[in-house]
Parts: sequence; structure tokens; C-alpha cells
Amino acid sequence: MVGLRLVNISKKAGKRKILKNTSLEILDKELFVIAGPPGAGKTTLLKIVSGLIAPDEGEVYIGDQMVNAVPPAERDVGMVFEVPPIYPNRTGFENIAFPLEIKNVNPDRIKERVEEVAGLLQITNLLERKPTTYSGGELQRVALARVLVRKPRVLLLDEPLKNLDAKIRERTRVELKRLQREFGITMVFSTHDQLEATAVGDRIAVINEGVIEQTGAPEELYNSPKTVFTARFIGSPTMNLAECVLKQVGERLVLDTSDFNVDVTTRAHAVEREATTSELLLGVRPEDTTLLNSPENGKCFEGKVELVQNFGDERVVTIRVGNISLNSLTGKERIFTYGQKVYVKFNEEKAHVFYRKTSIAVM
Amino acid sequence: MPKLVVKNIRKVFGTFEAVKNVSFQVEEKETLCLLGPSGCGKTTTLRIIAGLEVPTSGEVFVDAVFVNDVPPQKRQIGLVFQDYAIFPHLSVFENIAYGLRVRKMPVAQMERKVHETAALVDVESILDVPGKKLGLSEMQRVAIGRSIALDPKLLLLDEPLSNIDAKARERMRVELGKLQKEIGIATVYVTHDQLEAMTLADRIAVMRNGLIDQIGTTGEIYDNARTLFVADFIGSPSMNLIDCELVYSEQRAILKSGDFTLDITEFAETIKGKPKGEELVFGIRPEDVSIDIKKTDPTAIEAEVRLVELLGAKSIYHLKIRGLTVLAKDYPMAEVNFGSKVWATFNKDKLHLFDKKTEEAIF
Repeated sequence: MVGLRLVNISKKAGKRKILKNTSLEILDKELFVIAGPPGAGKTTLLKIVSGLIAPDEGEVYIGDQMVNAVPPAERDVGMVFEVPPIYPNRTGFENIAFPLEIKNVNPDRIKERVEEVAGLLQITNLLERKPTTYSGGELQRVALARVLVRKPRVLLLDEPLKNLDAKIRERTRVELKRLQREFGITMVFSTHDQLEATAVGDRIAVINEGVIEQTGAPEELYNSPKTVFTARFIGSPTMNLAECVLKQVGERLVLDTSDFNVDVTTRAHAVEREATTSELLLGVRPEDTTLLNSPENGKCFEGKVELVQNFGDERVVTIRVGNISLNSLTGKERIFTYGQKVYVKFNEEKAHVFYRKTSIAVM
Repeated sequence: MPKLVVKNIRKVFGTFEAVKNVSFQVEEKETLCLLGPSGCGKTTTLRIIAGLEVPTSGEVFVDAVFVNDVPPQKRQIGLVFQDYAIFPHLSVFENIAYGLRVRKMPVAQMERKVHETAALVDVESILDVPGKKLGLSEMQRVAIGRSIALDPKLLLLDEPLSNIDAKARERMRVELGKLQKEIGIATVYVTHDQLEAMTLADRIAVMRNGLIDQIGTTGEIYDNARTLFVADFIGSPSMNLIDCELVYSEQRAILKSGDFTLDITEFAETIKGKPKGEELVFGIRPEDVSIDIKKTDPTAIEAEVRLVELLGAKSIYHLKIRGLTVLAKDYPMAEVNFGSKVWATFNKDKLHLFDKKTEEAIF
């Protein structure tokens, strides 16, 4: 069942096009993430769903109902902002109870609902305190409680974790996913952090300059990016990308970057059939980029260690090869030193190939 | 000879003791990172080193010179702030030249110095560009260039990557790492982001409540956390930490937490002298818990998957094991989803054990 549908939405701010003919289908009870860099149009999209902004063109449906003409308060949509507007003079309880009070809900029922939501969010201890004593994470949860208490059908969260410390962010994202399941609501969540997106999302829409680049499950975006933007955006460390041309060398088919060659003979059939130009971009994820201490049957190329980043359980080693830098993800057992000579080997089966001109995946 | 010595620093604001007793040294060419959650005293410590705060007690030496009474501008310390503080109307050249002009350096010498510095931080090609037209990573390089043009004995960086979106941060972290290697100046770096600390620092000082819990290399701190706090704070996702008691049964030593038991007889020597029933916390990092859909390891324990977070090359599995929540980090498995039954194996060689009362590591 469709929870939310956007059809050909466009929105301008002055002369700048913020959203360009954007369409999305979000399923009922799905945790859907809108991921993209700052300025991509994420907040505008959420505000259009909530009704705080009217689109210049296009239609918004909640369930089967077209809501373009429905005012925000009647849309059954809750929105939590990056900086939540909380009343500083009211206690946690009064803040959370507020949306029910203005609807004249019976006080006993209000108390029951506030306590239920506070229990789920583990903020019962904050109910009697005022927001000035809250930490950033606590403030965020009280804001969330105030929206959840209304039991909206659709909950919109605009960069809800942005202002939290790294460690708290990691925990809160799990909490949000748990809550979404327990409340059984449709949740739409925006973030600039791809890790957050793949970690919590049932599905993700990658948005760039007002255009949706790709929509899909986290694994789909990670394993089969359809555009160079998605390939770069999803995954950390970023996918290695190098300009190359497709060449026939004797019996073999290679991608030649001028600094190194990658033999794609095993996938020749697919590459030859699909590629309509030889101007290509080769993409290999750091975990498919292995480092050897000695050359191996001509299928690798030489480079120098430029930087080693220790992530505790893993290392990211940056290798200089000619004019470009490549990242390799390796285990913590191997030690690399600055300036060390190594041999780089790609897992050709996992290589991605894009058209340089259109930035679209060849296959 | 150490470039910086901080000795028994204490700082009290009114009734709040921001820094209780902090001592450390930074060697030549070394990068030391002060890492901790907001409010741990890391920024106050940095400001004391810079001379922007006067310590309540304690001593600071820069290059063996006692500097407590030396004003900030005479300490020969370069400071790079969170927002880089680039003059928007001045060109890159003038931004770098600024400090040199203030010091009334002869013009010819000043110009030579600016060009030398620009080459080092790779901004030679943009010397005429005004500050307001710079991209983030250019601003970072100019800010560092402006500091190092003055030949500081020490460089201080205050959360230089904190206001940047995730993807740009990843790129700039790598750039900063390479730049540090190039310039080779002793550096103190403040951050709340453990990933940044782990990847950029030669040594990390983990701070909490105005004290340093542990100082060491990334490897030391990650593999041998000395306190519960360090174990929890370093590593993403955090180490699994489980309250348990030690029981002896038929000559075997067993950690027990509710229905969950783990035989640790092989560590009997290390825990000798620990009476039974002692309150302990055992820790195991998520990457040291592996999962399988079949029982291939005889010690594997049955687990139910409650949540899967895709991180790219690896996934985090939130497991329910006999009433406990345990996180495992392993390769993505398409067939493992919410509700799946799997078999979890603990790598006992990587087990950590803490005393619950003192919060200190036993091993």
C-alpha cells in the first residue's frame, strides 16, 4: 500500500530551481530516507509533504487522498525539525501534552498518552524538568515525543541527528528505527550522512540538486549505483573512480586509465555490448581494492602508500598511482608505512563502469 | 625534547571544575588528539595552551619555555578555528600574508614566505581568489597556511571538521592527514569524533569530566581500553558491554548474565584472586562476534536478529541472545533479516573484562 506519493513536484525559490520534476512513492509503514548533500532540496521536499510549502507544480498524495489543498494541520503528518521548537518555560510533560490540549483531549487521556510515549522514548525522567536543563539528545527526544503523541500517519524528520555528538547519533538512529517499527508509522527521514541512510533506511532516495538520482534498498544503492553521483555518495570510504578508455589489446579487453590498466576480459561480453563510447569511468570500491607486497601475474600495478587511516578494526590505506589516489580497505593485521611500495589489485568482477559524459552506469 | 608540556592543569569557572588535573606531552612532529564528549574539558585545555584562558593552576611549556605569563600572540602557536575565520574580502595571498604584515616582515621576505607556504598547502594556483569564493577544503588549507606561515612551534586545531557534511568531512579528513605529513609540525587537535581522532592522531588522549582516562596510539586504545568509558567511547558501533558475575562450576570459570553464560576457564590465571560473584562487566567488540546461518562452530550460540544496519562493506546485526542485546559486525548477508535465527560465535581471544565498581580493565 502506498503511504505517500509525490508526482512531478517542482519548486523554485526566486530563479533557483530547488526541486525539478521530482516523483517519489513511499510505502505505508516504511522507513524512507531522503539522502543528499546540503542544498540538495531535502528540507523543501519534506516541507511540501507537510504542507508548510506549496509546490509550484505537481501533486502530493497521502494514502489515496490528494492533499495539495489540505492545510498542514489537517494532513495527519507530523514534522520534527533540525532545531526543534520547544517551549522553554514549560516542563517536558506540558510540551508533549500541548498538541493534545489544543485539540481538547480529555486530561486523563492526555496523561495516559504522554506517559506511554515518554516510556517508549525513555524520557519519563524528563517530564517534570524544563527544557533548559536538557542535553541536545534529550531535547530531540522530547520534540519527537510531542509529535508522536498525536499518532500521525506519517512522520517527517528533517536531519534529526545532525546536531548530536557522534556517539549519541549512533545510538539515536537505532532508537528511531525501533520506534518506527513499534509505532507502525510511515517515517520519512532526511540526512546528509550516507551511513545513517543505509543503516536505518528500508529504502533510500538519493537526491542531488533537486533531482532524484536513484531510489532503492540500501544494498541496491551500494552494490548497483546507477549514476556516478550515487556511486560516490553511498559508501565510506568513497568508491575509487578513474577516467579510462576501453581498449582491445590482443585477445584481451582492458580499461586503460593511462596510469594503469584493468583487464575486463571476463566481462568483455557485457562491457562491449553495453558501452557505446570508449570514454568511460572505472569505479572500484575500497574493499575490492587489495594491496599486495609483491607483483602477481601482471594483473596488478605499482603504487606508493600516501596515508594510512586506522579505524580500529580496519585500515584505509591511500595509495598514489601516477596522478590519482586510490583507497584500499584492509584488516588491522597488516602494517603499512608512509612511502612504502605496494601492488594494487582490483577485484574485476566488482568493477563498476560509467559513461564519462552522462555519468550513467554502463551496466 | 617535547614541543609541548602540559603539567597538572586545572581550570575552575565559578563552581564548575572544567579541567581537574591534566598532564601530557607532545613530541616533535607528533599529532596528539584530545578526544571526548561535549563538556569533557578538551576545548578549555586547548584554550589554556593557546593562552586564551588562564589556568587556575598548572604549567604550560612550549619548546621548553614556560609560557603561563606569555600573551597568546607571543607564544608562537598557530591556531585554526572551527570556522577557519578566513577574511572574506582578502585574497588567499593576503590571508596568508596577514600575520606576516602584522609582524612587519620586509616585503620581499614576506612574499617569498607566502609563496613557500602556498606551495606547501597547495593553494599556489588560487592566490588571487578572494576568501569568500573559496570552497571548504580550500578554506581549510588557507587557514592552515595562514597559521604555519608564522613558523609556529605548535599548531592547535579546534574541531576543524565539525561543521561539515559527512561526505565532505571524509574527503577533508584525508586531505588534512596528508597535509599533516607534509608540514610535520607538532599538533594538538580537539574533536568529539572518535573516527577523526583515530585516523589523524599519532596518539589520542581520551578525556572525561576534566580528566584524561587514557593516552595511547589508536591501536593501544582500541585493543586495550583501560576503562569502561574508553571501551564504550572508542569504536563505532560501541563495544558490547554486559554486566555479569563470575561463577565457578566443576572447576570451570563462567561469566553469567541472566540465562547467558560464557566459559572463560582459559583466562583462569588472569582472573585468579577474583572471588566468585564479583560484579564484572565483560566486553566484546562487534567485529569479534561473527554470525552464521548454520551452526558450524561448536561454541556458537543461537541468536535472533532484531535489526540490521548496512554500513557498506559490513553490516551491523543487533542480536537477541538469551535475553541480551549483542551487536555483531559481519559481512552483509541477503538472507539475514529482522527475525532471522542465526548462530553467533564470540572470539574469546578478544574478550575484555572490567571491574564494575572501579570501572577499570582486568584484561
